[in-house]
Amino acid sequence: MRRRPSWPRKVTDALVKTLAALSAALGIVALGWILFIILRHGASALNWEFLTSLPSPPGVEGGGLANAMIGTALMTLLACALGVPIGLMAGVYLAEFGRGNRFAMLVRFLVNVMMGIPSIIVGLFVYTIMVRPVGHFSGWAGAVSLALLITPVVARTTEDMLALVPNALRESALALGAPHWRSTIQILFRAAKAGLLTGVLLAVARVSGETAPLLFTALNSPYWPQSLNGPTANLTVTIFNYAMSPYPNWQQAAWGASFLITAGVLVLTIVSRALAREKK
Amino acid sequence: MNSPSVPHTPPLTQPWLKPAVKPHAAPAASETKISVRGLDFFYGDHQALYDNSLEIPVGTVTAIIGPSGCGKSTHIRVYNRIFQLYRDQRASGEVLLDGENVLAPGVDLIELRRRVGMIFQKPTPFPLSVYENLAYGLRLHYKVNRSELDGRVEQALRAAALWDEVKDKLHRSGTALSGGQQQRLCIARAIAVEPEVLLMDEPTSAIDPVATARIEELINELKQQYTIVIVTHNMQQATRISDFTAFFFEGRIIEFGPTVQLFTNPRERKTEEYITGRFG
Repeated sequence: MRRRPSWPRKVTDALVKTLAALSAALGIVALGWILFIILRHGASALNWEFLTSLPSPPGVEGGGLANAMIGTALMTLLACALGVPIGLMAGVYLAEFGRGNRFAMLVRFLVNVMMGIPSIIVGLFVYTIMVRPVGHFSGWAGAVSLALLITPVVARTTEDMLALVPNALRESALALGAPHWRSTIQILFRAAKAGLLTGVLLAVARVSGETAPLLFTALNSPYWPQSLNGPTANLTVTIFNYAMSPYPNWQQAAWGASFLITAGVLVLTIVSRALAREKK
Repeated sequence: MNSPSVPHTPPLTQPWLKPAVKPHAAPAASETKISVRGLDFFYGDHQALYDNSLEIPVGTVTAIIGPSGCGKSTHIRVYNRIFQLYRDQRASGEVLLDGENVLAPGVDLIELRRRVGMIFQKPTPFPLSVYENLAYGLRLHYKVNRSELDGRVEQALRAAALWDEVKDKLHRSGTALSGGQQQRLCIARAIAVEPEVLLMDEPTSAIDPVATARIEELINELKQQYTIVIVTHNMQQATRISDFTAFFFEGRIIEFGPTVQLFTNPRERKTEEYITGRFG
């Protein structure tokens, strides 16, 4: 038999490797560029006043976005308190209790659909059920619309992560006489801990940058959030409003807010990675 | 499903299906621990076990041998009803544990699984510390205070011949132990809750020969207290550790009897062909 020459496969190999490296480099350059621009414009906006005081009117120097930071934090926390438990439980149902039954298949389908719904539609939906009837915008409505975005993501990752736990572990907990719910929470959650945590934090990171759902629900406010019963200040809608404004000090503040959100997401991601690596 | 009022006639058309044990022949052969009668098993539409019947005396080791896919594991997975984790699997017939049918509706699965422990092919330590691996099962079934728990944990680890190796790392992760140690940890975990029967599904097929020898020794000691049913691919292992052997082929029990007799003087041609290595 005649041997196949080796140079074509060596050329292909070199080509594929180069293309892969280039694509990776391109992705990293894009990310680096974004971070660089945000850092350059945003970092200079940051100072103690920016982090602690209320916004100033157009043209007046100084002022800050402390109210928006608090508002975003409040609504995100509340959204987690609503969305994470529901998402976790739905995921547990899909992975553990509803295996192969019709209802679970329907739920899984709906969760997938829900993940695909554009966030602006979620905002409009909450607007019709929570803002229109009461006649004013509210932080509660903002939190609910964010929770609606968190829930399907957490449900899906929970299901996927539990599905990765080997059946042998599930069986050995049950064979010891553990009730299914108990083995799920005490053994399977622990085995899937890293993945579950990453899922939750990524969902939080995602919604903390959402603008559209808040535009119709929490709107925005130049005041401290007294209660979540009225328009509530938040960073993303602030960026949206300020960046479009003609006033240089507002534009500067928008860069500052962008920097804060990016830094927050970065910190969340790093924390989730670190927690995922711990105790492996 | 048989109605409970109708007395069940065991389909013992072939008399050799009963262990041919004379009252004085084997230790403690007088009392039957597990009695399987007319057991059929289905994976969806596929029937995996046909009319399995056998009687396992208390305090003995019964080996289940046969070629891959003949239903050995499927058979013992009925004893603790672990197969019920999967929706499409079902069993019919009777498995009597001390005379009570474990397949009857209304059986307390938690209590059944405390009485019938199980060891799996791959060691399945929980993602907890060595100590917590044992404490988990104990807390499930018993009200124990801390010092009692400490004592029970030590006792179980000693019984599984693992204490000396782990006494200084009780609070390190159970998953960090070697494969053989992990398997003994699983045995310790199973015996900690004081079961009556131990089911072992190829417990040594994933670990090295030295660790295997230790586990075989252990099985020999444990049979003083427990009735053991072990699935094995290894016929030498069956002859070394078991009092009785059941030979399975294509979902049927071809022959069941004292191990010495089955291996030296099998009644069935199929058994002889298998143990002499002509197939399987």
